Amino acid sequence: MKPLEVEGKQSMKTTRKPSTFIDNFSVRISKILKKFSKGDNLFKLLTAVVASSIFIILGLMVYELTIQSQLSIQRFGIEFFVGTKWDPAISQVFGALPLILGTLATSAIALLIGVPVSLGIGLALSEFSPKRFGFAVSFLVELLAAIPSVIYGLWGIFTLIPFLRNNVYLPLEAMFGFIPLFSGPVYGGGVLTAGIVLAIMIIPTVSAVSRDAFSAVPDTQREAMISLGATKWETAKTVMSYARTGVIGAIILGLGRAVGETMAVTMVIGNKFQLLPASLFDAWYTMSAIIANEFTEATYDLYVSALIEVGLALFFIALIINILARLVVWRSLRLVRGIARE
Amino acid sequence: MYIDFSTSIYLKEGEKMNRKILIPIVAIVAIAIIAMGVFAYQSLSTPTQTITLNGAGASFPFPLIDKWAAEYHKIKSNIQVNYQSIGSGGGIRQHTEKTVQFAASDAPLTEQQFANATNSLHIPMTIGGVAITYNVPGIPTGLKFSGEVLAEIFLGNIPKWNDPKLAELNPSVTLPDQNIVVVHRSDGSGTTYIFTNYLSDISTQWKTTVGKSTSVNWPVGIGGKGNEGVAGAVSQNPYSIGYVEFIYAKKNNLPWGFVKNSAGEYVEPSLDSFSKAASFAAVTLPRGDQSWSAVSIVDSLVNNAQATGAYPITSFSYFLVYKELNVLPNMNKDTAQALVDFLWWTIHDGQNYSADLVYVPLPQEVRTNNEATVRMISFNGEQLYKS
Repeated sequence: MKPLEVEGKQSMKTTRKPSTFIDNFSVRISKILKKFSKGDNLFKLLTAVVASSIFIILGLMVYELTIQSQLSIQRFGIEFFVGTKWDPAISQVFGALPLILGTLATSAIALLIGVPVSLGIGLALSEFSPKRFGFAVSFLVELLAAIPSVIYGLWGIFTLIPFLRNNVYLPLEAMFGFIPLFSGPVYGGGVLTAGIVLAIMIIPTVSAVSRDAFSAVPDTQREAMISLGATKWETAKTVMSYARTGVIGAIILGLGRAVGETMAVTMVIGNKFQLLPASLFDAWYTMSAIIANEFTEATYDLYVSALIEVGLALFFIALIINILARLVVWRSLRLVRGIARE
Repeated sequence: MYIDFSTSIYLKEGEKMNRKILIPIVAIVAIAIIAMGVFAYQSLSTPTQTITLNGAGASFPFPLIDKWAAEYHKIKSNIQVNYQSIGSGGGIRQHTEKTVQFAASDAPLTEQQFANATNSLHIPMTIGGVAITYNVPGIPTGLKFSGEVLAEIFLGNIPKWNDPKLAELNPSVTLPDQNIVVVHRSDGSGTTYIFTNYLSDISTQWKTTVGKSTSVNWPVGIGGKGNEGVAGAVSQNPYSIGYVEFIYAKKNNLPWGFVKNSAGEYVEPSLDSFSKAASFAAVTLPRGDQSWSAVSIVDSLVNNAQATGAYPITSFSYFLVYKELNVLPNMNKDTAQALVDFLWWTIHDGQNYSADLVYVPLPQEVRTNNEATVRMISFNGEQLYKS
């Protein structure tokens, strides 16, 4: 079979005198198709429709979330974002500040652990490793991305938590327990565990995108560095700074995943609603976790509405993070251009 | 059609026919084959007229309802029961919006919900209970608890295992001088509702500061997602205590505590002790079409000193259906009849499948009440259950 381009010049050559009904039919169809394909207008229109559907989907989402959370917005107002009480049973008061802090903190821990590892992987793959080894590593890393988050959660509960608790957390607490950050009690699950699981989950994204960014650095840069007598590490540093925007993009993608990740986090974080945890080992809560936990059994309208408002807030936090990251990228781009101009 | 297709291939190979002609032919033939298939399938299935009953709600009775659906399909092959376990809250919402033909909930409708879904019937279909599980090295199953002590532990007022109040209940056991790690469900669940209902009945402090709900503002402890989350946290943290659905504890051989009932006995969670609890509660059950918002086995047992052998943290799981099935959109008489027959079957023969799945068969008192309820169901004023 020839690809679709048959529609073009070739068909003109081979078209016979229409003799049968089917011939007539197919000629007519190809005429219609040709009319539309003139100047690729049809294709252009199609892509425009698909692209603008993003605006429609996002718009509808914000609209729907806002409408559905009206009850809670009117009842609590700004109090919702500074309140520290979540009591569906008695006072029916909902405040999401601890959830917001929990989301940001676990994502930050995930980035602290995950980004250096991912950049290391990315550099190793693009700069140092032999081709076959690099292929194996990137295959395995991409496999990590395909694991469903509930599997990460179960692995967290049954493997990672007992391991961390006995081999890392308890010794840490014994040695550094006097520092509040490492004080007990040690449950196994908690803020740090959630951060570690999230770090593992963002590694595939961040390392794959940063590898591509590093590979896109022109070889002339490397050759120039080496010819100046730079070491491998110095060359790598240049590559990293050249690929800065790509790396920031990779980190943003990772952060996006960490902020929104639900299942794995709720399974390992301990789900304790409190403003601040006592230590890294204490349990906490995140925004997406509380939605996953409580939405199915939310029994009255205000409760449902408050949970949807958490979703709305999560949406805007993701938006703010993206905007901030964009600003960083623009700024660094301008910096690079500025240097180039000088 | 088939002949056309093969000759066209011949033509293509023999006479080098334009490929472009082949594409529409193949497309037409493919559509024709699919259409014929669909038509044949429909004509095959028309004589039996499959009736689908759609339900949604609580996850607790899901394995049982699923079993019922399969077994009932064996008896009446034209009836297909679909049940989605989306949670009691979701079940009640879909029932109120009339998007399902039956719903299931672990809690009865509240006054408000009952008012929103006028003419709803409550049909208790099975019984569940909550087991207290713990992990204290060296202490096997059978630690004794009272409601007061459980409330104090979950409030954080009893911080250590060797607290005198707990030691008093277990004179023969040496309890360790260790902090109690409290584990609760983090996800909204009927299990939490039953447990907090019990603690609210027992302790005024619990009632006024925490209350009863599918999710509450826990004063202490960490939350595990689902029974497996609680069980995982309990098994990994020495000196912890938590509560799980009895079925889960039983299937996973978790250690469980005995709980003191209002008759003064320490009772083990079991099918028998749940069944006893339900039969004591059944004495005061309302009619199926009345409000059940006040029905709670836990409440009815809490001051009943006669309730020997009854486990105090027990609850019904309900089917919710409309009394007049014609209020549902897309409901016809055959479907309504099938639904009523299915419900009748579940409260009679269906109960025989309960014990194997570790569900509690309904005691006779409850069945009698349910029979009257199913008889109330009508379609366009016509009573559906006859005989």
